[in-house]
Amino acid sequence: MPEGKLVTLRQMPSGQSGKVAQIQGGHGLVNRLSALGVRPGKRITKVSAMLMRGPVTIQLGHTRVAVGFGMANRIIVELQESGNDMS
Amino acid sequence: MTCHSTRNSRPGRKSGIRRLLLMGNPNVGKSVVFSRLTGVQVIASNYPGTTVNFTQGFMKAGEKMAEVIDVPGTYTLEPTSEAEEIALKMLDTGDLVINVVDATNLERNLNLTLQLLERGVPMIVALNMWDDVEHRGIHIDLKRLEARLGVPVMPTVAITGQGIKELVENIPRAASPRFPPISHDERWVTIGHIIDEVQQVTHRHHTWLERLEDASVRPVTGVLIALAVLAGAFLMVRFIGESLITYALDPLFNTLWTPVILNLSSLLGGAGFLHDALIGSLSGGEINYVESLGLLTTGLYVPFAMVLPYIVSFYFMLGLLEDVGYLPRLAILMDTIMHRLGLHGYAIIPTLLGLGCNVPAIMATRILESKRERFIAATVISIAVPCAALQAMVFGLVGQHGGQYVALVYGTLFIVWIGLGFILNRFVRGFSPELLIEIPPYRLPPWRTVLLKLWLRTRGFLREAIPTILAAVLVINILYGLGVFDAIASFTAPVVTGLLGLPKEAVTALVIGFLRKDIAVGMLAPLALTAEQLVVGSVVLAMFFPCMATFAVLLRELGVAGLLKAAGIMITTALAVGGLLNLIL
Repeated sequence: MPEGKLVTLRQMPSGQSGKVAQIQGGHGLVNRLSALGVRPGKRITKVSAMLMRGPVTIQLGHTRVAVGFGMANRIIVELQESGNDMS
Repeated sequence: MTCHSTRNSRPGRKSGIRRLLLMGNPNVGKSVVFSRLTGVQVIASNYPGTTVNFTQGFMKAGEKMAEVIDVPGTYTLEPTSEAEEIALKMLDTGDLVINVVDATNLERNLNLTLQLLERGVPMIVALNMWDDVEHRGIHIDLKRLEARLGVPVMPTVAITGQGIKELVENIPRAASPRFPPISHDERWVTIGHIIDEVQQVTHRHHTWLERLEDASVRPVTGVLIALAVLAGAFLMVRFIGESLITYALDPLFNTLWTPVILNLSSLLGGAGFLHDALIGSLSGGEINYVESLGLLTTGLYVPFAMVLPYIVSFYFMLGLLEDVGYLPRLAILMDTIMHRLGLHGYAIIPTLLGLGCNVPAIMATRILESKRERFIAATVISIAVPCAALQAMVFGLVGQHGGQYVALVYGTLFIVWIGLGFILNRFVRGFSPELLIEIPPYRLPPWRTVLLKLWLRTRGFLREAIPTILAAVLVINILYGLGVFDAIASFTAPVVTGLLGLPKEAVTALVIGFLRKDIAVGMLAPLALTAEQLVVGSVVLAMFFPCMATFAVLLRELGVAGLLKAAGIMITTALAVGGLLNLIL
């Protein structure tokens, strides 16, 4: 996928890296995600997605986080070149 | 709150520290630090949310003893689950915080650290997992971090004990710089600056453990790994349990204990109340350890020779899976299915704990966020998840008739688990949030910690179960003697015989099931049931009313109204499923 394009975390292909652009949700969701380090500006890499509306696993720094399907739909990511993800 | 930097500003601080709180993000090793500080051994695992309640211990601080509290992990001081609420409540009661920080995840951990500093409680930071930092290519400038935070920062490796002595020595240096409260965004900006200043990360290649980590959360490889892990764990539990019984405990009872009992029997004249209470009934001069129902025969044989081996084997395998860090991955794989049951994937952890004992399992439902989820999880676990003690007896008794009957018991309970969850999901009001968890890295668990945890849990079983089993056997003898069972049996005959197709005496097992499920299954043995009847009996016993201990914890976690609802669901489903099985088989 082209760099700079905005996609949801669910649409983002596995193995791709990107920067969190926006979290489309209420205060509660934003807070829960940011407590785990998922917040706008953060570079993440999608590790995998389970089938049948399963959770999406992402890597951010040294942390791995699993995000439910619905939440993954509300996290908007700006695609970036894949590479080492130790930001 | 003010913006001034005031050190040691809390009143009463000079008079010494009375209560230390261990606080930090989930799965940073607080419980291990706690064990190191206090010598109190607690269960620690490699997944977020192991500690759901606070644990208390004592350590020497200066001249006096101070209380140390192991607080459940929390990401922020704005709680999102019950365990986190407990953490927040505890914060107001302590006069010193040891903030345990995962050095490999400094940025995210600092979010809580800064929030704690805004509270103005005197604090010291234990930078834990320090041994992991170097090989992950992370360099942290300790002096600079200390300067930025204004509190002492001590590197520790709690699992080996490294740095703990220095941590304790530096507790008097704890400071409360009292940061001005700031907004979320401002806090993250500050953290960003601190990280830029103190931490450097260098590139390094993926290790084989990390490749395995990725594989276990990918759809195809993940499912294959899960099947292999679960099948392997099940076979190992059977193998270890079976071997312990066949090669250790059965020979022990048969060669050493039997002569003692036979001598005692003739000494007591072979009959009478005392004889029956201690030894029970001998059949043709032989001891049947399951059926004789004496304190020294069945009362010891069931817990030690039938249940204990499976407790040991089950908790050994569970401990391995916990400490390696596999369980959160299983949660990801199970998430889609669990959503159908009104839960999310993480509920698989309490469920697995329930296969050992329902009590800690229901406690562990606190890691779920909503009240609705906790009700569904606790109810489904107490009905459809058989504890290790009950399973051991099912293996021992039903297994004699063939593996297919054991499979029938498990299959039925599994269908009930799915079906009941599905129904509850439709009818219980409220909302179930989505899965959002941190997945810990795989770690190769040190044997010492695996064995220590196994010992803690085994000891827990012995302390809890042995007195209850002995009491149950005694109660059985007294109730038989008074003829109470006969009265209950004729009263309940329509249900037990008519609906479930069991002899009316089987009701004794249902009554005793309230005390202990293992001894209750054992009481089905003397009734000469067919294999099908044994299946019905075992399933009903598993589902029907929980044992006393589970009952008490359900009451505490769900409240009276919740417990009554759960109990109603229990009785209804147990009778419905038992009746249906009776019709089909």
